[in-house]
Amino acid sequence: MRSQCIVFLFASALALPALAGPETFDFKDPKNGNTIEFKLDAPAEKIAGTANDISGTVTFDPQNPGATRGKIVVATASLTVPNGMQTTIMRGPLWLDAAKNPEITFEAKDLKNVKTDGDKTTADVTGTFTLHGVAKEVTIPVEIKYLKDKLGEHLGSNQKGDLLVITSTNFSIKRADFNIMPGKNLDKVADTINLTLGVAGASPK
Amino acid sequence: MKKTLRILAIIVLLAAVAIWTAKGAHRGWTVNNIERRATDPVTGLPRSTWEKGFIPGWDFLAVAALTAAGLTGASYLFRTKKPPPDPL
Repeated sequence: MRSQCIVFLFASALALPALAGPETFDFKDPKNGNTIEFKLDAPAEKIAGTANDISGTVTFDPQNPGATRGKIVVATASLTVPNGMQTTIMRGPLWLDAAKNPEITFEAKDLKNVKTDGDKTTADVTGTFTLHGVAKEVTIPVEIKYLKDKLGEHLGSNQKGDLLVITSTNFSIKRADFNIMPGKNLDKVADTINLTLGVAGASPK
Repeated sequence: MKKTLRILAIIVLLAAVAIWTAKGAHRGWTVNNIERRATDPVTGLPRSTWEKGFIPGWDFLAVAALTAAGLTGASYLFRTKKPPPDPL
Protein backbone atom coordinates (compact mmCIF):
# COMPACT_ATOMS: atom_id res chain seq x y z
CA MET A 1 0.00 0.00 0.00
CA ARG A 2 2.81 2.38 0.99
CA SER A 3 4.75 1.68 -2.21
CA GLN A 4 1.55 2.22 -4.23
CA CYS A 5 1.14 5.65 -2.58
CA ILE A 6 4.75 6.56 -3.41
CA VAL A 7 4.27 5.51 -7.04
CA PHE A 8 1.03 7.53 -7.21
CA LEU A 9 2.69 10.65 -5.75
CA PHE A 10 5.67 10.28 -8.09
CA ALA A 11 3.37 9.87 -11.12
CA SER A 12 1.32 12.89 -9.99
CA ALA A 13 4.46 15.00 -9.68
CA LEU A 14 5.50 14.03 -13.20
CA ALA A 15 2.04 14.85 -14.53
CA LEU A 16 1.86 18.26 -12.81
CA PRO A 17 3.63 20.27 -15.52
CA ALA A 18 1.29 18.81 -18.12
CA LEU A 19 -1.69 19.90 -16.02
CA ALA A 20 -0.17 23.28 -15.27
CA GLY A 21 -3.11 25.14 -16.78
CA PRO A 22 -3.22 28.66 -18.16
CA GLU A 23 -0.37 31.09 -17.58
CA THR A 24 -0.55 34.87 -17.65
CA PHE A 25 2.17 36.61 -19.64
CA ASP A 26 3.13 40.24 -19.07
CA PHE A 27 4.09 42.01 -22.31
CA LYS A 28 5.96 44.90 -20.71
CA ASP A 29 9.30 43.51 -21.82
CA PRO A 30 12.08 44.63 -19.43
CA LYS A 31 14.50 44.42 -22.38
CA ASN A 32 12.23 46.77 -24.35
CA GLY A 33 12.38 44.38 -27.27
CA ASN A 34 8.72 44.43 -28.30
CA THR A 35 8.07 46.16 -31.59
CA ILE A 36 5.15 46.85 -33.87
CA GLU A 37 6.14 48.02 -37.35
CA PHE A 38 3.90 50.02 -39.63
CA LYS A 39 4.32 50.74 -43.33
CA LEU A 40 2.34 53.04 -45.58
CA ASP A 41 2.98 52.90 -49.32
CA ALA A 42 1.44 55.97 -50.98
CA PRO A 43 2.09 56.92 -54.64
CA ALA A 44 4.26 59.91 -53.67
CA GLU A 45 5.78 58.65 -50.48
CA LYS A 46 6.56 55.57 -48.41
CA ILE A 47 6.41 55.88 -44.64
CA ALA A 48 7.76 53.23 -42.28
CA GLY A 49 8.14 53.33 -38.55
CA THR A 50 7.80 51.45 -35.32
CA ALA A 51 6.17 51.60 -31.92
CA ASN A 52 7.99 50.04 -29.02
CA ASP A 53 6.26 51.10 -25.81
CA ILE A 54 4.12 47.98 -25.54
CA SER A 55 2.36 46.47 -22.56
CA GLY A 56 -0.60 44.23 -21.76
CA THR A 57 -1.28 40.72 -20.58
CA VAL A 58 -2.20 37.50 -22.36
CA THR A 59 -3.46 34.30 -20.77
CA PHE A 60 -2.22 31.22 -22.61
CA ASP A 61 -2.79 27.57 -21.84
CA PRO A 62 -0.25 25.27 -23.55
CA GLN A 63 -2.85 22.48 -23.35
CA ASN A 64 -5.56 24.63 -24.89
CA PRO A 65 -4.07 27.39 -27.09
CA GLY A 66 -7.51 28.08 -28.53
CA ALA A 67 -8.55 29.58 -25.19
CA THR A 68 -5.91 32.33 -25.43
CA ARG A 69 -7.25 35.70 -24.33
CA GLY A 70 -5.66 39.03 -23.54
CA LYS A 71 -4.98 42.61 -24.44
CA ILE A 72 -1.97 44.27 -26.05
CA VAL A 73 -1.54 48.00 -25.45
CA VAL A 74 0.68 50.31 -27.52
CA ALA A 75 1.51 53.84 -26.31
CA THR A 76 0.54 56.17 -29.19
CA ALA A 77 3.37 58.53 -28.25
CA SER A 78 5.90 55.77 -28.98
CA LEU A 79 5.07 55.68 -32.70
CA THR A 80 8.20 56.95 -34.44
CA VAL A 81 9.25 57.51 -38.05
CA PRO A 82 12.73 58.57 -39.22
CA ASN A 83 11.74 62.20 -39.87
CA GLY A 84 11.30 64.17 -36.67
CA MET A 85 8.74 66.61 -38.09
CA GLN A 86 6.64 63.77 -39.52
CA THR A 87 6.77 62.03 -36.13
CA THR A 88 5.47 65.17 -34.41
CA ILE A 89 2.71 65.65 -37.01
CA MET A 90 1.71 61.96 -36.87
CA ARG A 91 1.31 62.10 -33.07
CA GLY A 92 -0.37 65.52 -33.26
CA PRO A 93 -4.05 66.53 -33.14
CA LEU A 94 -4.67 66.24 -36.89
CA TRP A 95 -3.61 62.62 -37.16
CA LEU A 96 -3.38 60.23 -34.17
CA ASP A 97 -3.92 62.85 -31.46
CA ALA A 98 -1.77 61.04 -28.90
CA ALA A 99 -2.79 63.49 -26.17
CA LYS A 100 -6.46 62.49 -26.45
CA ASN A 101 -5.87 58.88 -27.55
CA PRO A 102 -2.81 57.78 -25.61
CA GLU A 103 -3.32 54.07 -26.28
CA ILE A 104 -3.80 51.79 -29.27
CA THR A 105 -5.20 48.47 -28.08
CA PHE A 106 -6.13 45.03 -29.32
CA GLU A 107 -8.24 42.80 -27.11
CA ALA A 108 -8.40 39.16 -28.23
CA LYS A 109 -11.84 37.58 -27.88
CA ASP A 110 -11.82 34.46 -30.03
CA LEU A 111 -9.37 32.19 -31.84
CA LYS A 112 -10.27 30.27 -34.98
CA ASN A 113 -8.35 27.88 -37.27
CA VAL A 114 -6.13 26.93 -34.34
CA LYS A 115 -3.29 24.61 -35.37
CA THR A 116 -0.61 23.51 -32.95
CA ASP A 117 2.67 21.88 -33.89
CA GLY A 118 5.03 21.42 -30.94
CA ASP A 119 5.52 24.78 -29.26
CA LYS A 120 4.04 26.71 -32.19
CA THR A 121 0.39 27.59 -32.65
CA THR A 122 -1.11 29.44 -35.57
CA ALA A 123 -4.58 30.94 -35.40
CA ASP A 124 -6.84 33.72 -36.61
CA VAL A 125 -7.50 35.95 -33.64
CA THR A 126 -10.67 38.02 -33.63
CA GLY A 127 -10.86 40.93 -31.27
CA THR A 128 -11.45 44.61 -30.77
CA PHE A 129 -8.85 46.93 -32.26
CA THR A 130 -9.03 50.47 -30.89
CA LEU A 131 -7.18 53.25 -32.67
CA HIS A 132 -7.76 57.02 -32.59
CA GLY A 133 -10.68 56.40 -30.22
CA VAL A 134 -12.50 54.17 -32.73
CA ALA A 135 -13.06 50.51 -31.84
CA LYS A 136 -13.57 47.94 -34.61
CA GLU A 137 -13.66 44.18 -34.69
CA VAL A 138 -10.77 42.78 -36.72
CA THR A 139 -9.23 39.36 -37.35
CA ILE A 140 -5.46 38.99 -37.24
CA PRO A 141 -3.49 35.91 -38.32
CA VAL A 142 -0.93 35.16 -35.62
CA GLU A 143 1.76 32.69 -34.70
CA ILE A 144 2.13 32.00 -30.99
CA LYS A 145 5.34 30.40 -29.77
CA TYR A 146 5.48 29.01 -26.23
CA LEU A 147 9.05 29.00 -24.96
CA LYS A 148 9.08 27.04 -21.74
CA ASP A 149 11.75 27.92 -19.17
CA LYS A 150 13.35 30.47 -21.52
CA LEU A 151 12.72 33.64 -19.48
CA GLY A 152 16.09 33.49 -17.67
CA GLU A 153 17.97 33.05 -20.94
CA HIS A 154 16.03 35.97 -22.45
CA LEU A 155 16.78 38.25 -19.51
CA GLY A 156 20.31 36.99 -18.98
CA SER A 157 19.53 36.18 -15.36
CA ASN A 158 18.51 33.30 -13.10
CA GLN A 159 14.83 34.26 -13.28
CA LYS A 160 12.73 31.18 -13.86
CA GLY A 161 9.71 31.36 -16.08
CA ASP A 162 8.32 31.00 -19.58
CA LEU A 163 8.07 33.22 -22.62
CA LEU A 164 5.23 33.68 -25.08
CA VAL A 165 6.15 35.10 -28.47
CA ILE A 166 3.34 36.43 -30.65
CA THR A 167 4.04 37.43 -34.24
CA SER A 168 1.86 38.55 -37.12
CA THR A 169 3.24 39.53 -40.49
CA ASN A 170 0.14 39.78 -42.64
CA PHE A 171 -2.22 42.32 -41.17
CA SER A 172 -3.46 45.64 -42.47
CA ILE A 173 -6.01 48.26 -41.52
CA LYS A 174 -7.39 51.32 -43.27
CA ARG A 175 -6.91 54.67 -41.56
CA ALA A 176 -10.26 55.90 -42.90
CA ASP A 177 -11.97 53.15 -40.84
CA PHE A 178 -10.52 54.76 -37.74
CA ASN A 179 -11.36 58.32 -38.69
CA ILE A 180 -7.73 59.33 -39.26
CA MET A 181 -7.98 62.14 -41.83
CA PRO A 182 -10.29 60.02 -44.04
CA GLY A 183 -9.83 60.68 -47.76
CA LYS A 184 -7.16 63.33 -47.16
CA ASN A 185 -3.49 63.44 -48.26
CA LEU A 186 -3.88 60.05 -49.94
CA ASP A 187 -1.02 60.77 -52.36
CA LYS A 188 1.43 61.07 -49.46
CA VAL A 189 -0.15 59.05 -46.65
CA ALA A 190 -1.64 55.78 -47.88
CA ASP A 191 -5.04 54.69 -46.58
CA THR A 192 -3.80 51.13 -46.02
CA ILE A 193 -1.49 50.68 -43.06
CA ASN A 194 0.45 47.40 -43.08
CA LEU A 195 1.29 46.19 -39.61
CA THR A 196 3.88 43.68 -38.43
CA LEU A 197 3.67 42.52 -34.86
CA GLY A 198 6.46 40.92 -32.86
CA VAL A 199 5.99 40.83 -29.12
CA ALA A 200 7.20 38.65 -26.28
CA GLY A 201 5.54 38.27 -22.90
CA ALA A 202 7.00 36.88 -19.70
CA SER A 203 5.52 34.59 -17.09
CA PRO A 204 7.94 34.54 -14.16
CA LYS A 205 7.73 31.72 -11.62
CA MET B 1 27.22 94.23 -50.49
CA LYS B 2 25.71 92.91 -53.72
CA LYS B 3 28.75 90.77 -54.40
CA THR B 4 28.93 89.57 -50.78
CA LEU B 5 25.32 88.32 -50.85
CA ARG B 6 25.87 86.47 -54.12
CA ILE B 7 29.05 84.84 -52.83
CA LEU B 8 27.18 83.89 -49.65
CA ALA B 9 24.41 82.34 -51.76
CA ILE B 10 26.93 80.19 -53.64
CA ILE B 11 28.63 79.18 -50.36
CA VAL B 12 25.25 78.14 -48.81
CA LEU B 13 24.36 76.07 -51.88
CA LEU B 14 27.76 74.39 -52.19
CA ALA B 15 27.97 73.71 -48.44
CA ALA B 16 24.49 72.12 -48.46
CA VAL B 17 25.36 69.88 -51.42
CA ALA B 18 28.68 68.95 -49.77
CA ILE B 19 26.98 68.06 -46.44
CA TRP B 20 24.21 66.13 -48.23
CA THR B 21 26.77 64.16 -50.28
CA ALA B 22 29.04 63.52 -47.28
CA LYS B 23 26.08 62.20 -45.26
CA GLY B 24 25.20 59.63 -47.89
CA ALA B 25 23.14 61.59 -50.47
CA HIS B 26 19.86 60.44 -48.90
CA ARG B 27 17.02 60.98 -51.38
CA GLY B 28 14.12 60.84 -48.94
CA TRP B 29 13.10 63.23 -46.19
CA THR B 30 15.71 64.37 -43.69
CA VAL B 31 16.21 61.72 -41.04
CA ASN B 32 16.31 62.90 -37.41
CA ASN B 33 15.60 59.52 -35.82
CA ILE B 34 17.91 56.69 -36.78
CA GLU B 35 16.60 53.18 -36.23
CA ARG B 36 18.95 50.55 -34.80
CA ARG B 37 17.93 46.93 -35.16
CA ALA B 38 19.08 43.78 -33.45
CA THR B 39 17.56 40.32 -33.27
CA ASP B 40 16.86 38.82 -29.87
CA PRO B 41 18.63 35.44 -29.85
CA VAL B 42 15.97 33.78 -27.67
CA THR B 43 12.71 35.10 -29.08
CA GLY B 44 14.00 35.67 -32.62
CA LEU B 45 12.23 39.03 -32.63
CA PRO B 46 13.80 42.11 -34.19
CA ARG B 47 14.46 44.70 -31.50
CA SER B 48 14.13 48.27 -32.71
CA THR B 49 15.48 51.33 -30.94
CA TRP B 50 15.66 54.93 -32.11
CA GLU B 51 18.61 57.27 -31.70
CA LYS B 52 18.80 60.95 -32.45
CA GLY B 53 20.84 61.70 -35.54
CA PHE B 54 20.94 63.75 -38.72
CA ILE B 55 20.93 62.51 -42.29
CA PRO B 56 19.99 65.39 -44.60
CA GLY B 57 17.41 64.66 -47.27
CA TRP B 58 15.93 66.48 -50.25
CA ASP B 59 14.10 68.93 -47.97
CA PHE B 60 17.49 70.03 -46.57
CA LEU B 61 18.65 70.75 -50.13
CA ALA B 62 15.37 72.57 -50.85
CA VAL B 63 15.80 74.83 -47.80
CA ALA B 64 19.40 75.55 -48.85
CA ALA B 65 18.30 76.33 -52.41
CA LEU B 66 15.55 78.67 -51.15
CA THR B 67 18.04 80.41 -48.83
CA ALA B 68 20.49 80.84 -51.72
CA ALA B 69 17.68 82.18 -53.94
CA GLY B 70 16.67 84.62 -51.18
CA LEU B 71 20.23 85.87 -50.81
CA THR B 72 20.57 86.27 -54.57
CA GLY B 73 17.23 88.10 -54.72
CA ALA B 74 18.28 90.38 -51.85
CA SER B 75 21.47 91.20 -53.71
CA TYR B 76 19.35 92.96 -56.38
CA LEU B 77 18.19 95.45 -53.74
CA PHE B 78 21.64 96.96 -53.74
CA ARG B 79 22.79 99.18 -56.57
CA THR B 80 25.99 98.49 -58.39
CA LYS B 81 28.48 101.23 -57.72
CA LYS B 82 29.00 103.13 -60.92
CA PRO B 83 32.59 104.08 -61.64
CA PRO B 84 33.23 107.82 -61.30
CA PRO B 85 32.88 109.68 -64.60
CA ASP B 86 36.04 110.07 -66.55
CA PRO B 87 37.20 113.69 -66.04
CA LEU B 88 38.64 113.71 -69.53
